[in-house]
Amino acid sequence: MDTFALEMKGITKQFPGVKALDNVTFSVRKGEIHALCGENGAGKSTLMKILSGVYPHGTYDGQILINGQEVRFKSIKESQDAGVAIIYQELALVEEMSVAENLFLSHEYMRAKIINWNKVYSEAQKWLDQIGLDIDPQTKVGDLTVGKQQLIEIAKALTKKTDILILDEPTAALTESDVEILMKLLNDLRAKGVTCIYISHKLGEVMALADSVTILRDGQTISTDPIRELSEDKIVTKMVGRELKELFPYEARPISNENILEVKNYSAIDESGKTIIDNVSFSLKKGEILGIAGLMGAGRSELFISLFGGLKGKKSGTVLIDDKATDIKRPVDAIKAGLAYVSEDRKRYGLVLGMDIAKNTTLTALNKVMKLKVIDQALEVKRATEINNRMKLKAPNLETKVGQLSGGNQQKVVLSKWILNDPKVLILDEPTRGIDVGAKYEIYKIINELVQQGVGIVMISSELPEVLGMSDRVLVMGGGTITGELSRKEATQEKIMTFATGGKKRESVANS
Amino acid sequence: MNQLPTVENSAKVNRGLSFKVDLQAYTLIIALVLIAIIFGFFTGGEFLSSRNISNLFTQMSVIAVLAIGMTLIIVAGHIDLSVGSLVGLTGGVAAILQVWYDWNTLMAVLAAVVIGAVFGLWQGWWVAYRAVPAFIVTLGGMLIFRGILIGLSKGQTVAPMNASFKEIGNSYFPYIPGYILAVISIVLLFVWTAHNRKKRQSMGLLLPTAKMDYGKISAYSFFILLITYMLNRYLGIPLPILIVVVLAGIFIFISNKTAFGRYVYAIGGNQEAAALSGINIKKNTLWVFITMGALAGVSGVLLTSRLNAATVSAGNMYELDAIAACVIGGTSLIGGKGKIVGALIGALIMASIDNGMSMMNIETFWQYIVKGLILIFAVWIDISSKK
Ligand SMILES: Nc1ncnc2c1ncn2[C@@H]1O[C@H](COP(=O)(O)OP(=O)(O)OP(=O)(O)O)[C@@H](O)[C@H]1O
Ligand SMILES: [Mg+2]
Repeated sequence: MDTFALEMKGITKQFPGVKALDNVTFSVRKGEIHALCGENGAGKSTLMKILSGVYPHGTYDGQILINGQEVRFKSIKESQDAGVAIIYQELALVEEMSVAENLFLSHEYMRAKIINWNKVYSEAQKWLDQIGLDIDPQTKVGDLTVGKQQLIEIAKALTKKTDILILDEPTAALTESDVEILMKLLNDLRAKGVTCIYISHKLGEVMALADSVTILRDGQTISTDPIRELSEDKIVTKMVGRELKELFPYEARPISNENILEVKNYSAIDESGKTIIDNVSFSLKKGEILGIAGLMGAGRSELFISLFGGLKGKKSGTVLIDDKATDIKRPVDAIKAGLAYVSEDRKRYGLVLGMDIAKNTTLTALNKVMKLKVIDQALEVKRATEINNRMKLKAPNLETKVGQLSGGNQQKVVLSKWILNDPKVLILDEPTRGIDVGAKYEIYKIINELVQQGVGIVMISSELPEVLGMSDRVLVMGGGTITGELSRKEATQEKIMTFATGGKKRESVANS
Repeated sequence: MNQLPTVENSAKVNRGLSFKVDLQAYTLIIALVLIAIIFGFFTGGEFLSSRNISNLFTQMSVIAVLAIGMTLIIVAGHIDLSVGSLVGLTGGVAAILQVWYDWNTLMAVLAAVVIGAVFGLWQGWWVAYRAVPAFIVTLGGMLIFRGILIGLSKGQTVAPMNASFKEIGNSYFPYIPGYILAVISIVLLFVWTAHNRKKRQSMGLLLPTAKMDYGKISAYSFFILLITYMLNRYLGIPLPILIVVVLAGIFIFISNKTAFGRYVYAIGGNQEAAALSGINIKKNTLWVFITMGALAGVSGVLLTSRLNAATVSAGNMYELDAIAACVIGGTSLIGGKGKIVGALIGALIMASIDNGMSMMNIETFWQYIVKGLILIFAVWIDISSKK
């Protein structure tokens, strides 16, 4: 019998109005990578927050044993001292500080109460080498990509004495190559005997990485199994509670040749004078799903935020919506013209976390719930309920603050908010990031419904299977411009990757 | 976990939640009652006499009007340190126009409000369109407005005002109409609650138990009647209080029921998300400051009227009382959260402490210390009640 590094027994956690965890049992063997899977809102993050002392002893019921010893963490600090490190769904780095400063924040190398910077930098370099990151420790963290920041977070956890490393959706925002570095790193750590708890909605990664998998559903433990007894399908079935036949409900259908969005020779220059979008031309048909692929930093989000009026700086070129020329200076112009943009960073750009679900949902479409310039609460709640039910949102009620929802349910609120506005063109930037398989499927079905109604969909996604699975046509971007265009038939992972990395110029724009 | 609620499954959830939501309101009311008891005891009942209650409410009105505007400012994520000086300036201009230039009362009042709004516009422009932090802009305003006041009044006290101007701050709504008004507001309170409950039920929203809802408004009604009775035993309901109540009503409506109000909360809650949602941050921020300026004008008129004079130091430090009132009332300085009713109770608490301690002949320095401590204490309670 192996020994358990961690046992959580009979854990119950009650939030006002929600029982997030109900008598959960969770045991992790020493030195294994243990995946924790479950739908959005199943209680994964909550369980980990209990383990790491975010919710201190006394605010939950149940028992936690580390290496057979009962522990009662009253704060995050106490759990850290006991060797538990957690890396959150959201990053927790100080963007204005350097990599080295962040790595050793709160445990700097001191000599007589003065920080020994030479030592800090040389130690930081060692850690970076060890995790295989080629970054100068003096770089400002804010200048790194999200993926690199994520790796820095892990390095930061490792600089402290860590026996149990918890990763809450670490790869949600990573590029393929960063994911590879991360996987390799975790394998190294396993070899060194670090126990790792891994939360992810990407089951491919789970299958490749984990030794065992525990499934939560509706706040209860469903099962714990060794990986050899599982398959992706089995995990999905356990998570959702029923079988899911197909992952991408793509519907082949004739696509009209009417343009709903047409962009010609579009360039954008940011405030510092750097060209971020370089002479881009493309079109989107009514009822078409246009996938946008590319590596991180290819300018995909920038292009569409800029089209949406959300970037400062100069821009040139023509943008036609429904064959009408537009002059979009600010988001409000874009919304009026029929655009909607669902941001990839929902917490920062999508939601007002302290506001409730209903108010967030109607924020862009307030005029739809007003009578005589006065907000009609009954109408507001009605509209919000309809749309959120269509999205299968799980929440105690519409007056719940969105900050209290699980990540996936927050994403659904953002989608509701924009769909409520009846856009002509819906731009989805990583629409299923951090969303469970079941909910993904629902979102794809909603996309299908929308294209049936003639809405044009732009789907920016770093997940190639999703791009290939749902798009009618794929544009590949690189270096702020379009490097390739593929029809659904032509598109394969390899072709997309060649365009994305090779930077081959697209041959013809005219016939698109 | 279920999908969005039907009425049944949300019913289970009720108790815990509504208690939590109202915790803030309860602490405030408990604090008020405690203050009343303590001062009542130490002044041999004098603090709770009709005359004093009438005084207390009139005294608080100047700060209360400011606190209404300050709630919007703070909810939007800003701060306004200039309101004290602006009260002095607008009140001073009204006095100068009337005493030196013979303007009639209506015109002088309008002038004060318009000038307040214009200076609000000026500050709002710097904050919204030039991105200078409100702290700096209004710190500048604090000096500038005081400077203008001293310049215009040549450092003199301007007095006396016309009788009609004096009445704004010193007249009373007499006996019978006072009761009628009280009864009307109580009836409205009940009708509105019943209506609201029915609406919430039909929408499947959380519903506090009927006992709780009606218990609460019964307590309010009792309070309204008691206050009316007390005030009527003296001279009636002071006009400044009516002004405060009407303004509060208007702004509560604006903050809950109009797009502008909703946007202010969204901007304070998450400016970037609000901007991408198509909300015009600059324009709405500008209007928040214009509103604050106009309300400072109203305050200025009230103050000048009550004192029957405008002095160069009028309104000094009022910004701090107004900010404290908001914060005690549960408005978060981070923005995005706050209620006007809370700010009014906060203003009443601050005024009670001033008033009670002067009645006890406690030296002024103690008043400062106690008010400072209460501010810190109130915020601490707010923070720890959320854990
Ligand atoms: N602070 C809170 N207050 C109230 N309810 C909360 C709070 N935090 C989480 N919840 C609720 O607890 C449940 C579990 O949430 P949790 O964040 O643990 O889900 P999760 O499994 O991590 O989901 P996801 O995959 O979407 O991240 C959800 O229903 C959520 O709404
Ligand atoms: Mg989570």
